[in-house]
Amino acid sequence: MDNLIWIFISALLVNNFVFSYFLGLCPFFGVSGRLETALRLGLASTFVMLITAICTWFLNTYILIYAPYLRLISFIVVVASTVQFVEMVIKKFSPALFKALGIYLPLITTNCAILGFAIFSTNRGYGFGEGIIFALGAGGGFTLALVLMAGLREENELSSIPQVVKGTAMSMIIAGILSLAFMGFSGLFSS
Amino acid sequence: MQSTTASDEFLKGIWKENPVFVHVLGLCPMLAVTNSAINAIAMGLATFFVLVGSSTLVSLFRNLIPRQVRISCYIIIIATFVTVADYTLQALVPVVHKELGAFVPLIVVNCMILGRQEAFASKHNVKLAVADAFGVAIGFIFALFILGGLREILGNGSLFGISLFGPNFEPWVIMLLPPGGFIMLGLILLFFNWLKQKKDNLVEQLATKELV
Repeated sequence: MDNLIWIFISALLVNNFVFSYFLGLCPFFGVSGRLETALRLGLASTFVMLITAICTWFLNTYILIYAPYLRLISFIVVVASTVQFVEMVIKKFSPALFKALGIYLPLITTNCAILGFAIFSTNRGYGFGEGIIFALGAGGGFTLALVLMAGLREENELSSIPQVVKGTAMSMIIAGILSLAFMGFSGLFSS
Repeated sequence: MQSTTASDEFLKGIWKENPVFVHVLGLCPMLAVTNSAINAIAMGLATFFVLVGSSTLVSLFRNLIPRQVRISCYIIIIATFVTVADYTLQALVPVVHKELGAFVPLIVVNCMILGRQEAFASKHNVKLAVADAFGVAIGFIFALFILGGLREILGNGSLFGISLFGPNFEPWVIMLLPPGGFIMLGLILLFFNWLKQKKDNLVEQLATKELV
């Protein structure tokens, strides 16, 4: 049980996917303009991670032991089809949410946080339960990062800053400062 | 005519449309592996191989791939090349491969590569596609090297592991850690913005002068 809590906290805060592994930066900078879309994208990504966790566990246990070189290709196919599946389900049951997410939904396929998650959990040899907890932690951490960044950027829009700093350069430096703050969490487990 | 176009495509990727500094693509591997110049170069070369290989294949098959499933086809082509690159690095330079860790397989989801397939290779012949891939890949290596070199010089006082400043240098360790990556890239983007603004101002001044 301790182990599971450790995995969750570690993925959520200490080794946050965005701030310490640099995963999922494209949506992090692309979608963090507004708070609401950021939250929704974060939740959709978490859901895809959960399904990916289940699928990769099956693949790893039953198929990939016979053909390890197919790992990457099969993972990306799993991610792509999960995204497609989620897209269809959301379209069927909640057209409003589907419209709100728009182009960001298919783009989850090329979100490196998802594939990175699958590769990390395989490299660390996580079992089924650990994989699920890791998915929740990593997805939660990604959502947290997106929401924090979106909140900061909304404020930033209103402040008067020199023209030359506006845009990505400013976001990058804000991300650096946020990442500095998240480094503080690494003291959580040292004692 | 054909040869000048090919060289144009090649040069455009390096500076004017640099994938990282201008389009801000491929950030994830960019920031994650640039804590030393040697890692940056290894990552750059792997990406170079994958980009050139997959651009060639996509361009060759561009008339055979149905439009509806093109993205999946590109991803599978890219994943195949990445698997080859991954195993090659593991065999040739195991130390570097260990340092890069999960980021070699993650080349698959480098949006820069998929972007080039979708925007360029799928619409042009092999010669142009290869020229474009070469340019973009070299631009990417250039960006990785600048960022990796600066971070290693500031954070460790060395370049390619060779000490530059002697024993009295106090290393700026934060530059090697994740926040340093974000901040350094932010500063470089700032510099590019500043250059662009200066150029725009100059053009404007010249235009007004001519009007007067």
